Amino acid sequence: MYTSLLVRYGEISLKGNNRPYFEDKLLDNMRRALAGLPPRRMRKTFGRVFVDLHDDLEAVARRLQRVFGIISMSPVATAPLELEAIKKAALAVLKDSPGTTFKVQTQRPNKRFPLTSPEVNQEVGAYLLTHSQGQRVDVHHPGRVIHVEIRDEGAYIYSRIIPGPGGLPVGVTGRGLLLISGGIDSPVAGYMGMKRGLELTALHFHSFPFTSERSKEKVIDLCRVLAGYGGPLRLVVAPFTNIQKAIRQNCPQEFYVTIMRRMMFRIARAVAAREDAPAVLTGESLGQVASQTLQSMAVINKVVDLPVLRPLVAWDKSEIIEVARRIGTYDISIRPYEDCCTLFVPKHPATKPPLARVEAAERNLAVAELVEECLANLEILTVEPEATAM
Amino acid sequence: MSIIYLDNSATTAALPEVVTAMKEMLAENYGNPSSLHGLGIRAEKALGEARRQVAGLIGARPTEIYFTSGGTEANNWALRGLARARRRQGRHLITTAIEHPSILVTCRRLEADGFEVTYLPPDPRGVIRLADLEAALREDTILVSVMSVNNEVGSRQPVADIARLVHSRSQAVLHVDHIQGYGKIPLNCQEAGIDLMSLSGHKIHGPKGVGALYIKEGLRLEPLLLGGDQETGRRAGTENTAGIAGFGVAAHLAATGFAERTARMQEIKLELARRLVAEIPGAVINGPAPEEGAPNILNISFPGVRAEVLIHMLEQRGIYVSTGSACHSRRESASHVLQALHLERWRQDGAIRISLGALNTPAEIDPTVTAFKECVQELWAL
Repeated sequence: MYTSLLVRYGEISLKGNNRPYFEDKLLDNMRRALAGLPPRRMRKTFGRVFVDLHDDLEAVARRLQRVFGIISMSPVATAPLELEAIKKAALAVLKDSPGTTFKVQTQRPNKRFPLTSPEVNQEVGAYLLTHSQGQRVDVHHPGRVIHVEIRDEGAYIYSRIIPGPGGLPVGVTGRGLLLISGGIDSPVAGYMGMKRGLELTALHFHSFPFTSERSKEKVIDLCRVLAGYGGPLRLVVAPFTNIQKAIRQNCPQEFYVTIMRRMMFRIARAVAAREDAPAVLTGESLGQVASQTLQSMAVINKVVDLPVLRPLVAWDKSEIIEVARRIGTYDISIRPYEDCCTLFVPKHPATKPPLARVEAAERNLAVAELVEECLANLEILTVEPEATAM
Repeated sequence: MSIIYLDNSATTAALPEVVTAMKEMLAENYGNPSSLHGLGIRAEKALGEARRQVAGLIGARPTEIYFTSGGTEANNWALRGLARARRRQGRHLITTAIEHPSILVTCRRLEADGFEVTYLPPDPRGVIRLADLEAALREDTILVSVMSVNNEVGSRQPVADIARLVHSRSQAVLHVDHIQGYGKIPLNCQEAGIDLMSLSGHKIHGPKGVGALYIKEGLRLEPLLLGGDQETGRRAGTENTAGIAGFGVAAHLAATGFAERTARMQEIKLELARRLVAEIPGAVINGPAPEEGAPNILNISFPGVRAEVLIHMLEQRGIYVSTGSACHSRRESASHVLQALHLERWRQDGAIRISLGALNTPAEIDPTVTAFKECVQELWAL
C-alpha cells in the first residue's frame, strides 16, 4: 500500500549556506546505499526526501538506516484528491501502525482542496473511529499521529516512524584518518567519526611475523563493516616490525608503549597529509590502559600538530561493546588473533611517562629513518562494503 | 621462493594421479551411481574400485568400507551410531584424553545424553597405560575409542594390545581413529581385531571432503544421515564420486612402496630431531622419543620462543609448519594434548609441529634446520 518513503534529515537543514551541499551529499549517499535495488526516483521537497517504493519498503528502509544524516523515515500511502479515497488510505495506515490511540493531523499546501485542514481532521478521524475497533482519539498524547498532506499531485498519508541513524552525511565534514588495530574500540571510533560526517581512511600497523596474516584479514573485515555505513574506504597498512624491533633494542622497557604510540602518530601524521585528512581518529578511552592516561596522551600528542579526535574518550568499555555489537564489528574484533604483539608489551609500562625522559630515550632511535622506511613500504587497499550490507 | 611444506598432518597436496582421477569423474564419468543407465553404472564401478583401494590399505573387505564427508563425520558416526545402537546393553564409553576434538566433543554430547565416558590419561610420552584401560573396563562398557597416532605429538597407541584386552575382558566394541596413522603405520583391522576405524582422504595426498568408516561385517550401527539408499542404506546422500575416486587413488599410491616411503619419512624426521636438538641449545622434543612415535610427526619447543611468532618467521622463508594445536595466544588456551602430557608452560606455548608427507625429501633437512636456527637466534637477540 505504501508508494514512497518520506525521509527526514532534521539537523542538516539548519546549516545555512551549506545546505545544498549537505543535501546533495546525503542524496549521493542514499543512492549508493540503494545500489543493487531496482532504480527509483528520489525527490527533494521542503527539507525532506521522498523515495519511491516498488513494494520493497523493508529492503529500502534497512539500507537507509545505515545512511548518516537521516533522522527518521515514514512509509507513505498515496490517495487521489478525493475525501473517500483519503479516508480509506488513512484506515490502512492506521491499521499498519500499532497502538490504541491516535489523532489526525492535516496540512494543506494545496488550497484548492475544498475542505480546510480541521475539517479533514474531523472527517477522517470520524471515519477511522467507526471503521476500527478499540481505537480512541487522544489529541494531547496520541499513541500515533495519522498525517494527511493535501498536495497538488495527491494526498500523502503516513504514520509509522522508522528511526534513522542521525548524524551528518558522510563526507560533509571532511576526511579523518582512523588508527585501526583490530580490537573492539577503534572500529567504534570510526563509526562515530562517520556519524559526524567524516569520510575515513583507515591506517593499520602490521607487525608480521609477530602478528599473523589473519590479524590483517581481521582489519580488512572490520573495514568492510565500516564501509557498509560510509561507502568504500581506503585502508593503509603500515609495516611496523622494524620499528618495534628498534624500540625494543634501543629504548627502556617502561617506555616501549609510549614510544611505539609516538612512532605510530608520526607515521599517521604523514599518511594524513598524503590522504588530505586534517584529523586523526583513535579508539582511545581515558584511563583504559597505560597509554591512555592523560599524561601518556599528552606525551604522545606532542609529535602531531593535527587534531587527534577520540570519540570514545568518555565511554565505558561496556558502552563501547554495546555499540560494537549493534554495528556488527564486535564478533570480528574478538577473533583471537593478536592485534599488538605481546612480545613487545612490557609487564609494567609507565603510566605517567615524563616527556623529557621519553625524548631522551628516543635519541637512541633513528626516528626519521624508521618513519621514512615505513612510509616507503605502505600497502594501500580499497575495501568495498559487503554487497548485501548497503 | 621455493616452499618446504612440513604441515602434512594438517593437510597434504593432492598427487597428480589423484587430480587426474578426480577430473575424469567430474567432467566425464559424472553420472549418479544410483542412476539406472550406463553412466550411472560407470560411476558405480569407479566407486567400487575406490572402495577396494581404500580397504586394501587396512586389510578390510571392500563391503566394510563406507564413504563419508571426511574423518570428522566418520568419528561422529562411529561414536553416536554405536552408542545409539547399543544403549540398551550399556551406557559406558572409554576413550583417551588426547583424542581429536571430533571424538572428545562427541563424547561430551553423549555425556549430556546420559552416557558415561572415562577419559584415560596418557603417560608423558603420550601413550595410555594398559592397566588403566583394564581398570576402566566394565560390564556396561559398550565402546572403547582410541587414536592410532596422535595428531599433535605423533605418539602411537598399542592398538593390537588394546584390542586383545578389550575383547578378552568386555563386550565392548573397539573404534580406532586411524586418520593420522593411515598410510603412515601398518595396521590391519582384521588381524588387530578392530571393529570400527575412521579414515580421511586429505591426510594421504587425496582430496579434502572425503573419508571413510570401516565397519566390521555384521556390526550394528545406527546411521547418522538418513534419506537415501546409498552405501547400502547406511549413509544417505549422493556419493562424492570425484572425491571418493581421488581418495581411492591416494590409498592405492600409499599402499605402493609403503615400507620405503615410511622409512624415508622416519629418516628425515630422526635427522631433523637430532640436528634441531644438537644445534639449538635448549630445544626439547615433546611427546614420544623420535624413534618411538609415528614416522612423520615431530613436536618440538625452543626456550623463550612463542610458537606463533616462529611459524610466521619461518613462513617468510617459505617453510610451513604449525603449532602443536590451534593455540590462540589471546585466550591463552593451550592444547589439550600438551596439557595432558603435563608439559611446562613454555613448552606448551612454544610447541611447533613438523609433519612430513610423501613428497618431502632429505634435501629439505638442511635448509629447514638452518632456518629454524636463524629464526630462533633472531628472536633470542630481541
